[in-house]
Amino acid sequence: MDFGLSEDQLLLEETLRNFLADRVPIERVRELRNDDCPNESSIWRSLAELGITGILVPEDRGGSNLNLLDACLAAQALGHSVTPTPFISSAVIAPIALRGLDHPEIPAWLDGIASGESVFGLAITELFSVREGAGVAVIDGKLNGKAMMASDVCLADFILIAAGPNKLAVVRADSPGLKKTHLLTTDATRCTSELVLDGVVAEAVFENVGDTVASMLDAGRIALAADTLGACEAMIEQAVSYAKERKQFDRLIGSFQAVKHMCAEMISELEPARSLVWYAAHSFDALPEEAPLMACHALAHVSEIGQEIASVSTQVHGGIGWTDEQNLHFWFKRIGVGRGLLGGPGLLRERAADLQGLSATG
Amino acid sequence: MDLEYGQRYEEFRTEVRTFLDNHKPAKGEGDLSETRRKTLIEWLSLQIDHGYWARTIPKKYGGYGAEPNLLETVIMDEEFNRAGIPRGMASQGASMLVPTLLEHGTEEQRKRWIGPTMRGEVMWCQGYSEPGSGSDLASLQTSAREDGDDFLINGQKIWTSTADKSEMIFILVRTEPDAPKHGGISYILLPMDTPGIEVQPLRTMSGDLGDNSFNQVFFTDVRVPQANVVGKRGEGWRIANTTLKHERNSLNSNSEGTILKLMRLMERETSNGVAAMASPVFRDRLMKLQGRSLAMKFHAMRMLTCSLKDEAPGVAGLITKLRNCQLNFDISALAIDVMGELGALYDHTQYERDRGYWQSHSFFSLGLIIGGGTAQIQKNIISERGLGLPREPKPEKS
Repeated sequence: MDFGLSEDQLLLEETLRNFLADRVPIERVRELRNDDCPNESSIWRSLAELGITGILVPEDRGGSNLNLLDACLAAQALGHSVTPTPFISSAVIAPIALRGLDHPEIPAWLDGIASGESVFGLAITELFSVREGAGVAVIDGKLNGKAMMASDVCLADFILIAAGPNKLAVVRADSPGLKKTHLLTTDATRCTSELVLDGVVAEAVFENVGDTVASMLDAGRIALAADTLGACEAMIEQAVSYAKERKQFDRLIGSFQAVKHMCAEMISELEPARSLVWYAAHSFDALPEEAPLMACHALAHVSEIGQEIASVSTQVHGGIGWTDEQNLHFWFKRIGVGRGLLGGPGLLRERAADLQGLSATG
Repeated sequence: MDLEYGQRYEEFRTEVRTFLDNHKPAKGEGDLSETRRKTLIEWLSLQIDHGYWARTIPKKYGGYGAEPNLLETVIMDEEFNRAGIPRGMASQGASMLVPTLLEHGTEEQRKRWIGPTMRGEVMWCQGYSEPGSGSDLASLQTSAREDGDDFLINGQKIWTSTADKSEMIFILVRTEPDAPKHGGISYILLPMDTPGIEVQPLRTMSGDLGDNSFNQVFFTDVRVPQANVVGKRGEGWRIANTTLKHERNSLNSNSEGTILKLMRLMERETSNGVAAMASPVFRDRLMKLQGRSLAMKFHAMRMLTCSLKDEAPGVAGLITKLRNCQLNFDISALAIDVMGELGALYDHTQYERDRGYWQSHSFFSLGLIIGGGTAQIQKNIISERGLGLPREPKPEKS
C-alpha cells in the first residue's frame, strides 16, 4: 500500500519547478502576454530537452513513456508558475489520442511530439459543448465548419480536430482553407482561437473512435485539474507569505483570526483535492474502469475549490492584490479560464451522475 | 502508487472475514443494562482472544499482545465496517484513557485498569470541559485541594458523555492554584460512586438521552487518594494533550456509506411524482458532495501512507477533522432538503424517512463540528502550526 509519489516523481517535480522558476519567472510571463499568442517556441524546446513534451510518448518514439500521474505533476508545476505552454494539448491529449489510433503517420507524429519539433493544437470543444453554430463535418473527404475555443493552434504544426461525436481528424496547421482567428480571453497565459475550415484536406480522419475520444478527454480533464491545482497552490503560498509580512493596526495581518482562518480554509480544501487528483491520475494509469468518473469529479471539484481559492487569496492581499502590478491576477485568470475548458463543473457533474446510472428519469 | 495491500494482508483480511462470518454480537450490543452488559463483556473478550480488539496492548495488561501494525488495523476496521459490526466498543475509556495509561500510567494503574476497560467491565467518562472552560480548556477551575494523603475535589464538569452509565471518570483538576495556567493541572482517576458526585443529564438539540447522552457532573468535597494521579502532579495538561490527540484521530469518520444511503433516499423520495434523483438541482448537489467525499477518502489513503512510511504529513495532516465534520453536516442537509416539507418529521412520527436518521445525523454532525476542538480552533491550529502564521497577541491584562 503506497498512496504517494515515488522518488523519481519527486525528482521530476523538483527539476521542473526549479527550471520554471529560473526560466519562466512571472516577469517573463508578463512579457509574453503582450504577444498575440503567449506560447513561445524556445520555452517549449527547453521543456522538450527536459523530456516533458514526450512524457506520455512511448520510448520507441523518443518519449519517456511515463504515467498520467507523472504528466499531472508536470501540469501542476506549469500551473504553479502560470507558464504559457501547449502542454495539455500537445503532451497529454494528442499523444493519448494518437496512441489509441491507427495511421502510418502516427509514429512520425509521436516522434515530433517527443522531440518538441511538432506541436499539436486542439479543436475539440464541440465534443461536449456546441455554441455559435460551431461544428466540423467531413464532406467528400474534406473538413468543413467552425471550431470554437481551439487551444494552442498558433504554435501548432498539426491540429487534432473533433469532426463529429466519435470522429477525429488531424490537419496541418498551415493547410489551405484553414482560417485561424485569435480570440482574446481573460487569461493571458493561454492561446485560444476560432477555426474556420473550408474544404480542408485532412492528413488523417479516424471514424468510430469513441473510446479514444473518451480516453483523451479523461486524461485532459485530469491534467487540467492538476494545472488548476498548481495555480491554487501558488496563490495560497503568496497569500500566506503576504499575511506574514503585511502589517495593519500595528500587527501582522496573519495574526488576525479573520485572515488566518481564510488561509486555513484554503489549505484545508487544497490538500484533499491534491489527493483526489493523484487518485484520478492513478486510476487512468491502473484502474481504467474508474477513470471516467474520477476525471469528472477531479476537474469539477478542483474547479470549485479553485474559484474560492482564487478569490480568497486575492482578498488576503487587500487592494494591492487587485492591481495588475501584483501579478496575482495571472493565477486568478488561469484558474478561472481553466474552469470552462473541457467542460465546466456543471457539465462534468452531470456526466458523473450519468456514468453511475443516476439518470434523469430517476 | 500501489494500492494493493499484498498477499500477507489479504490473508489477514480473509481471516477477519471468516471470524465475522462465524461470530455475530448478540442483539442489543451497546445497550448497557445488566444482562446486555454481560453479553458485551463476552463479545469483547472473544474479540480480544482473536486479536481484533486490544490487539497491540501487551498481554500482561489484558491485551492480545501483537506488534502495532497500521495496515492490520485498517483491514480490521474495513472488514468490521463491511459486516456492519462495531469493532470493540466506542468508548472514551478505550480510545482515550487506555492510550494515556500506556504512555503515562504507573505499572499498577495499567495492570488494574487497562484489561477491565478493554473488556467493557469498567466504563469511563471524561471530565475535561467546564461551563467556563470550553475552547480555553486550560483555564479550568475545578479544584483539588490537598487534605492529608487525599485531594478534595470541588467544581463542575460539562459535556460528560455517558457519565450516568460509567463506573469511573478521568478528570482534569487544578491541584496547584498558584502555578501558571497550564502548569497547575493534574490528571486524576476516580470512581463515579464516590460521595459528593452528582450527575445531571444535559439534553442536547437532538433531544437524545440515549447511549450518546451528555451530562453535567457536580463535585462537592469529593475525596480521592493522591495516588490516583496519572503521571506527575501538575503535568495533567501535557498528559491530557496526548489524550486529545487520540480523540482527534478518532473523529475521522468516512462519508462514503452516508453518500450511498443518500443516493438510495434520492431514488425513493418523490415529489409531484418525480424522484429527487431526477431533479437536476438535487443531482448536482449530490455530485458535489460525492466529489468532496472522494477527495476525503483518497486523502485518508494518503495520510495512511504517510503513517506507514513514517513521514510527517505537514499541514495536510491537520485538516481532516475540519473538512469531514462539515462534509457530514452538508450531506444530511441535502437529505433533509430532498424530503422537502416532510424533512420536518422527527422522533418516529408517521411518514418519517430512514427512522429519523438524517435529522439526528444533522444534529450530531453539528455537534462534532463544535466538539473535540471547534472548527475555529482547528483553523487556528491549521494556520499556526501548519502554515506558520503568527499567533494572535494576548490582550494586555488590565
